[in-house]
Amino acid sequence: MTPHIRIFALAMLGALPASALAADPNLGRNLAATCANCHGTNGKSVGGMEALAGLPKDKIASAMKAFQRGEKPATIMHQLAKGYTDAQIDAIAGYLSAQK
Amino acid sequence: MTRFNRRDFLKASGAGLALAGAGGLAGCTKKGGHVVVIGGGFGGATAAKYIRMWSQGGVDVTLIERNPSFISCPISNLVIAGEKSLADITVSYEGLRRHGVRVMQGEVAGIDADKRQLRLASGDSVSYDRLLLSPGIDFLYDSVPGLTREVSESANIPHAWKAGAQTVALRRQLEAMPDGGVYALCIPKAPYRCPPGPYERACVVAHYLKKNKPKSKVLILDANEDVVSKKGLFTKVWETQYKGLIEYRKEHAITGLDIASKTVSFDFGDAVKADVLNIVPAQSAAAIARPFINKNNRWVGIDWLSMESEVAPYIHVIGDATFAAPAMPKSGHLANQHAKVAAAAIVNLLAGEPVNAEPLLTNTCYSFVDDKNVVHIASVHAYDAKEKTFKIVAGSGGLSSAPNELEGKFAHAWARNIWADMLA
Ligand code: HEC
Repeated sequence: MTPHIRIFALAMLGALPASALAADPNLGRNLAATCANCHGTNGKSVGGMEALAGLPKDKIASAMKAFQRGEKPATIMHQLAKGYTDAQIDAIAGYLSAQK
Repeated sequence: MTRFNRRDFLKASGAGLALAGAGGLAGCTKKGGHVVVIGGGFGGATAAKYIRMWSQGGVDVTLIERNPSFISCPISNLVIAGEKSLADITVSYEGLRRHGVRVMQGEVAGIDADKRQLRLASGDSVSYDRLLLSPGIDFLYDSVPGLTREVSESANIPHAWKAGAQTVALRRQLEAMPDGGVYALCIPKAPYRCPPGPYERACVVAHYLKKNKPKSKVLILDANEDVVSKKGLFTKVWETQYKGLIEYRKEHAITGLDIASKTVSFDFGDAVKADVLNIVPAQSAAAIARPFINKNNRWVGIDWLSMESEVAPYIHVIGDATFAAPAMPKSGHLANQHAKVAAAAIVNLLAGEPVNAEPLLTNTCYSFVDDKNVVHIASVHAYDAKEKTFKIVAGSGGLSSAPNELEGKFAHAWARNIWADMLA
């Protein structure tokens, strides 16, 4: 684990259920990997889908919540976003925003 | 099938692998461990890359794959329809080598789970700390009375359900078919690889025929009780865009086949004589996984947290070969997702750490209904600790409301991104 991610993981302690973190400090990394099929490995899209790597954390999280509420136009993200809890979205957004 | 000899092995394995004794190749010397991945498809290639990435290069990974490069099943229906070439859906394994994966072209002859060693057809052996099997499916040719492996793997009555030479063979047959000919597509009982795939194939072939040979017919002969996936969306397209061209017949399990006249018959309903006959046989986990098949005589049961086989420790199995969790289709997208759960688990297990207790998976299948318009089905699956399986997160997922061009663009972007996620 890079020091950078470790600091992030510690910062996440407050936001996640203790059980999850105790089990795996790589929760954000693992959850963000569910987005990589479309948005690229670590959010680095190779084209045709928005890159998410390095976007501000708030932007990713608020877009996901807007998708959940049906307030952002979508073909598919409204359906996918509903599969994630607020804490999971927070972990994903934190991980992706830390990608260079 | 590519033969693989000892010289190739040494060439492929490079300096990192040390020779150990008579014919035995030691896995690795580093304390990070050595993972052998069998099968370089959506599951295996992704796992190989992610284990390297997530262990920061600490775990040695050897990928054994029989084909020289990856050929994608998703998008291969567009090759059959004449919209894409085989080159468009072929990706090199070079990208994996840049991640430090040892990619070896070869055939695995057997696995010794006790010794944690596998034997190659060449006679060499490779040892592992953990084995990841992403073997895909094999066909049960005798599920169709009269069908043989030779016929099904020939260009005569192809399945074209693994992308490659057969994809091209089916395309050639459709090109040669006269206007007014019959293309018959026989679908096996579920579960099979890529549930919406046959219906997509019928649509894009119909699109080609409508443009070029409008008097022709597409007959879908489905062994299932009804359309298995995206039913409302597909039937609407058949009744409008392809009215009079596509005909769907349910509950049509083949009971007889005459190879010379390309005629299939059924217990109920008329026999069908086709100009182009495309029989997709029933499927099981591929032969190399046979010792670990413990579900319905066809699939491998796994622990969904580690993806480890229920019957063989240190052997993880992912992708189409697994006995699916509820509402989990056999798709390339999911194999890629299985791979990441397995990669995270394997890296942790090799480091003596517990595996992620709350893994999540997504699935998406995009289907073309013609050259440009696409429909999707999507779902999010979360691990349920009580039932020890993945279940769809309530309220997540869904379908397109109608075929549309924007998702046609996203479908191609999905393919490019997932191929890169696996292989670049
Ligand atoms: C099946 C492919 C797919 C997957 C998987 C996927 N996305 Fe998306 N994403 C899209 C598409 C397509 C869009 C464009 C909006 C739409 O049509 O739904 C999009 C748009 C977005 C946007 C808006 C970008 C912008 O600037 O407008 C964000 C943020 C996003 N996705 C985040 C995620 C996250 C986080 C995940 C994983 C939890 C994820 N996506 C998984 C396909 C996908």
